[in-house]
Amino acid sequence: MSTIAEIFGRPLSAINVGAAMFAEDIKAQGAAVTHLDWTPPGGGRPDVVAALATLARPDLAERIEAANAVAVERIVTSQPVLVGFGRALDVVPGMTKKTILHAGPPIAFERMAGAMKGAVTGALVFEGLAKDLDEAYELAASGEIDFSPCHEHNAVGSMAGVTSASMFMHIVENRPYGNYAYTNLSEQLAKILRMGANDSTVIDRLNWMRDVFGPILRDAMVSAREIDLRMMLAQALHMGDEAHNRNNAGTTLLIQALAPHILDSGFSTKDKQDVFNFVASSDYFSGPTWMACSKAAMDSAHDIEYSTVVTTMCRNGVDFGIRVSGLGQGTWLTGPAQVVEGPLFPGFTVADRGLDIGDSAITETYGIGGFAMACAPAIVPLVGGTVSEAIEYSRTMADITTTTTNPALTIPILGFRGTATGIDVRKVEETGILPVINTAIAHKEAGIGMIGAGLTHPPIEAFHAATLALAEKYQ
Amino acid sequence: MPTRTLIKNNTYVDSVSLMSISTKAAALDGVVNAVAAMATPMNKEILTNQGLITAEIEASTPGDLVLIVVTDGDEAGADAALEGLIGLLDRKPTGSDTEVTYRTVRAAAAGRPDANVAVISVNGAFAAGEAHHALDAGLNVMLFSDNVPLADEIALKQKAHEAGLLMMGPDCGTAIINGVSLCFANKVRRGRIGIVAASGTGAQEMSVRIHDFTGGVSQLLGTGGRDLSAEVGAIMMLDGIDALDSDPGTDVIVVVSKPPASEVAEKVLDRLAASAKPSVVCFLGAGPEVAEAAKTRGIAFFDRTKPAALAAVVASGVDESTLDLHALNWPLIEEVRAKLTPEQKYIRALFCGGTLCDESMFLALEKYDDVYSNISKDPAKRLRGTDPSRGHTFLDFGEDEFTNGKPHPMIDPSNRIERFRTEAADPEVGVIVMDIVLGYGSNPDPVGVMLPAITEAKANAAAAGRHLEILAYVLGTESDFQGFDEQVAKLTGAGVTWASSSTNTGLLAREFVYKGENA
Repeated sequence: MSTIAEIFGRPLSAINVGAAMFAEDIKAQGAAVTHLDWTPPGGGRPDVVAALATLARPDLAERIEAANAVAVERIVTSQPVLVGFGRALDVVPGMTKKTILHAGPPIAFERMAGAMKGAVTGALVFEGLAKDLDEAYELAASGEIDFSPCHEHNAVGSMAGVTSASMFMHIVENRPYGNYAYTNLSEQLAKILRMGANDSTVIDRLNWMRDVFGPILRDAMVSAREIDLRMMLAQALHMGDEAHNRNNAGTTLLIQALAPHILDSGFSTKDKQDVFNFVASSDYFSGPTWMACSKAAMDSAHDIEYSTVVTTMCRNGVDFGIRVSGLGQGTWLTGPAQVVEGPLFPGFTVADRGLDIGDSAITETYGIGGFAMACAPAIVPLVGGTVSEAIEYSRTMADITTTTTNPALTIPILGFRGTATGIDVRKVEETGILPVINTAIAHKEAGIGMIGAGLTHPPIEAFHAATLALAEKYQ
Repeated sequence: MPTRTLIKNNTYVDSVSLMSISTKAAALDGVVNAVAAMATPMNKEILTNQGLITAEIEASTPGDLVLIVVTDGDEAGADAALEGLIGLLDRKPTGSDTEVTYRTVRAAAAGRPDANVAVISVNGAFAAGEAHHALDAGLNVMLFSDNVPLADEIALKQKAHEAGLLMMGPDCGTAIINGVSLCFANKVRRGRIGIVAASGTGAQEMSVRIHDFTGGVSQLLGTGGRDLSAEVGAIMMLDGIDALDSDPGTDVIVVVSKPPASEVAEKVLDRLAASAKPSVVCFLGAGPEVAEAAKTRGIAFFDRTKPAALAAVVASGVDESTLDLHALNWPLIEEVRAKLTPEQKYIRALFCGGTLCDESMFLALEKYDDVYSNISKDPAKRLRGTDPSRGHTFLDFGEDEFTNGKPHPMIDPSNRIERFRTEAADPEVGVIVMDIVLGYGSNPDPVGVMLPAITEAKANAAAAGRHLEILAYVLGTESDFQGFDEQVAKLTGAGVTWASSSTNTGLLAREFVYKGENA
């Protein structure tokens, strides 16, 4: 008995790929048909198509699937726990007094975006390495400063991501795998170092964060010992956050957990009040926390041979860089940083926008942020679209990730489906769907700060580079 | 610059929405700057920096909404701009669209578990990849795309064979499954004759002739033109025969192909011989060895489509004596011969359908040597599409040299108009032959597209004092959406002779121009 004949016993139901007229004809005959919104794989580039064909070879595809299963298993079973706060010099691997960590893939000072230059010079003044911004600029260009990506120090940095020795960092331990992740504290507001602002108000705030805010949080965590971030993140998603651009719920949950321990610290009531007021001044307080949480989980998936899972997406305002598990932590695949489309603060125009910047896309790499937009219908205005579009983003991201979703982080409106996890380079190429990133917009010039927020995507070039490198390595 | 400021007390709108509203307001007519912001300390600082702060704003609380428009027109314009900004605060609920968009075969197959066939017509460079995805998702495949490498075809068909799935194509133009026509196919009666065809227009012709002879089609499976090559080894034709053999809806199996590789032909014939169901083989242009091989296995064999269709219909139980067999119209042939001068001696055939072209060409070759074509197997008789005609010339406008970057001539028959004009002006031309293919996928008015050129050519010939014979074949049924009768009426109205089948087209053409002892 031919199994082909089985189709003769059931109604014809078609999927049409290519010319729409064939779908229309099938529909006109009363049969079910779905017409695909299809784009050529690999952007239609012959070398990339050939590389994809190599990766699709059955023996190789089998190894890749097995490796990706391991990678995504590590991601979804990661249990990031906040265990403390401490000075970068004391806690971040490889940190020195003359090291400046920055967001994104490696970049020389000369090539840095305006916002990042502003942050670097501000940080040098803050550290006392330069007496003013002009001197800081000379020092930065002198070659005496070690610039290095946060990502190469188990760290992430929001926006410019500029991190210097005296800044206080989150310390996040990934319980099952024993790796640590670090990130800076939120400066709240808009005119801040990480957005490229660097005047005295910015430096004064950094001083207070170093002298009061950081130490109080450090002492509070000594008392609290640990906060399970994954559990708190799961709650925040159910409360309407996507944990990149909307952190209202997460910030409330986090300060609620810290509050008794802050009160228990030995600081003055005035200092404690200042801390609570500072946290209340912006919903972003927990934004960096979720970045470190995501970083801890994603670092556990590095360096799994044959895996095509993306472990890093980040930008320095000039280049967008990704890293892929099988290609190793040392390999950056880059393309040009993109424009961020979204509403701007009053008084600013599209001509003021800097390009996409920051390590915050680690949240999307982990499966939250833009990937969890269905959790956060309230940020739809950022998308400039409808609630169904926001839901569609979360649905679509499952087309470019592994088949495993994160059972700990669920999306109520999608029937509590887990967040799409483990961006697969091959699937990005096959579908032409790029990861969606919710992010802030910094002014293109140094010294000004945040001017808006919106949506963006990585450049496809970074994925082409990764695909070609994977095929080259494993052919 | 005219500026308007409005404070709405105790009106909360979230900051992200306000940013969106400000941005939209800034795009309103005459607006230089627009602000919609809560009166927070941070926003007050921004407004101070921009020189827009007022005492009233300074006194507002973070629960108050500040609206400002700065305009470059007159005072009335400023009022209108503020109204526009207020209007943007009224957000209407948007309907939700539940239609899910799929971008990949994999995602669509997962989201549509009832799906059982993928119809793929993307560029050949990507077609095999998509077909692999479809087979991996458990879907039968109709691969319409051409320019798919042979190695990919073999890999796909082996995968399909192992999975028990149809892998029709590449370059499969026609299929009818469960009465649903896919790509280029005609609306024919459902019935009990199953067709497996390695040629698209051959399949269309067979299904339409069966319909015309009052028979019906159970299933029509296309295999793609290379399936019966030695390399592919008829993987899909053999699986298709298996499927029809076990299909309770099929009583008679018909196989259609251009001449197959001989060892492959034997495999196909062996498989048909093993079936209890009667079968009919139509291998166009096949030599006597294949005919003999079929005969020794007791299989009805034909090298023309029309008698094959008749045999299939009779095998399915139709009484031949009730049928209009469309016998060749000899009085018409005599009439045309009488109109042609001695130098009007060549056939110039301009086809959209490759198999239709083949059948007419093979029939001409039975009678003439000087037959040239862009699909000739004999290199000495092969023309490029751009070469001028020689002797009897048969051109298939569906070949890659014509379709590269252009729609198939069945979709856009205008591709052959220029060539038609050239041939019509040639005093050595005895008859111009054209096919008009109706059905799904084809041009909605294929005759209409050709008609102005036909009328003009006829007039030019008349003015030059010669007869221009145009023979057209309309492949279609009365149920095809283009309207069979209307298409034929347009042709005959323009003085075009029409043929009733592909076989008769070839026969009429070769007889019209015959200058032998009887002419």
